[in-house]
Amino acid sequence: MSTRDKIAGEPEGNTEQDSELDEALRNFRLSIHAWSEAIYVQPRTVVERTPRRVWRLAAGWALGCVLVAGGAFGGIYSHLSRQQQTAGWERHQQGTGIPATRAVESVRPAVVQRDQQTHNEEEDLLAKVDSDVSRQVPAAMEPLAQLMAGDETR
Amino acid sequence: MNIATAQENAAQEFSAVVAKHRLQIFRFLLSSTRDVDLAETLTQDCFLKAHRNWSSFRGESSAMTWLMRIAINLQKDHWRNRRMQFWRQTQTHSVDLNEASEWLPSGERSAEEQLLAKERVGQVGLAVERLSERQRTVFLLRYVEEMELSEIARATGLSEGTVKAHLSRAVGRVRAELGGKQ
Repeated sequence: MSTRDKIAGEPEGNTEQDSELDEALRNFRLSIHAWSEAIYVQPRTVVERTPRRVWRLAAGWALGCVLVAGGAFGGIYSHLSRQQQTAGWERHQQGTGIPATRAVESVRPAVVQRDQQTHNEEEDLLAKVDSDVSRQVPAAMEPLAQLMAGDETR
Repeated sequence: MNIATAQENAAQEFSAVVAKHRLQIFRFLLSSTRDVDLAETLTQDCFLKAHRNWSSFRGESSAMTWLMRIAINLQKDHWRNRRMQFWRQTQTHSVDLNEASEWLPSGERSAEEQLLAKERVGQVGLAVERLSERQRTVFLLRYVEEMELSEIARATGLSEGTVKAHLSRAVGRVRAELGGKQ
């Protein structure tokens, strides 16, 4: 069976070339047959599948990744929230601290004056109380008081 | 004849078909895919599918043509489904067709003739690897499996004219590879 017999409509060619092609195709067929038969009869190596190990490995890796990611996320979150708290506190200090000082400074003389006035009033009151108390001597003690007054004058 | 006997006969017939054609289907798939594992898997799939549909086989074509059609369709489906996912893996398991030249029977040739013949077989293998999928299928069915054009047409689902055209181009490329005319 030659290529000329097999393919209708193929352009005419050199007879010598055709015979070479036929020979090559015949040898190709014989080689493929011998090769495939050799592969067909040779024992197969079956690779044992270990799905449980693979699953365990995958689960271990997944768990480890989750733990690492969780730890990292927690650390970063804690750090950021601390930074935010610090920044907020500083902003609060900057926003409220300076006017308060100024207000304190502005009201300080009035407060001092008021304190001073209160103190003086208290002193006067105490002095008056002392003099009143010292003058109100019970009747039973009047003679003794007169004696004391006499001694003082003497 | 009761149903059990009919089923038993069908099973025996199918076993005979498997025993007769398994090597041929494997050989076609191996030379076509150039992958031993894939060829083995597709051969098993082919006979599994044939077994499931054995009752619907009406004998309009030969069992070999019918099986070859199933094998060709499985091969097409495989490449269509796995082209993107597994092409690299398939490449790593692939073998060269020109490896087959090492299996060329020595016959009654001299050592020099044997060497030359091996070289030519290797060249044919290279040319076949470079063919398009359809040209390669037609070429292998014709020159390795020695099927008739009408059988190839039935197995591939192409018209005889299309089969001839593919075959002509494939042979032209092989001839060019061997250093002859295009």
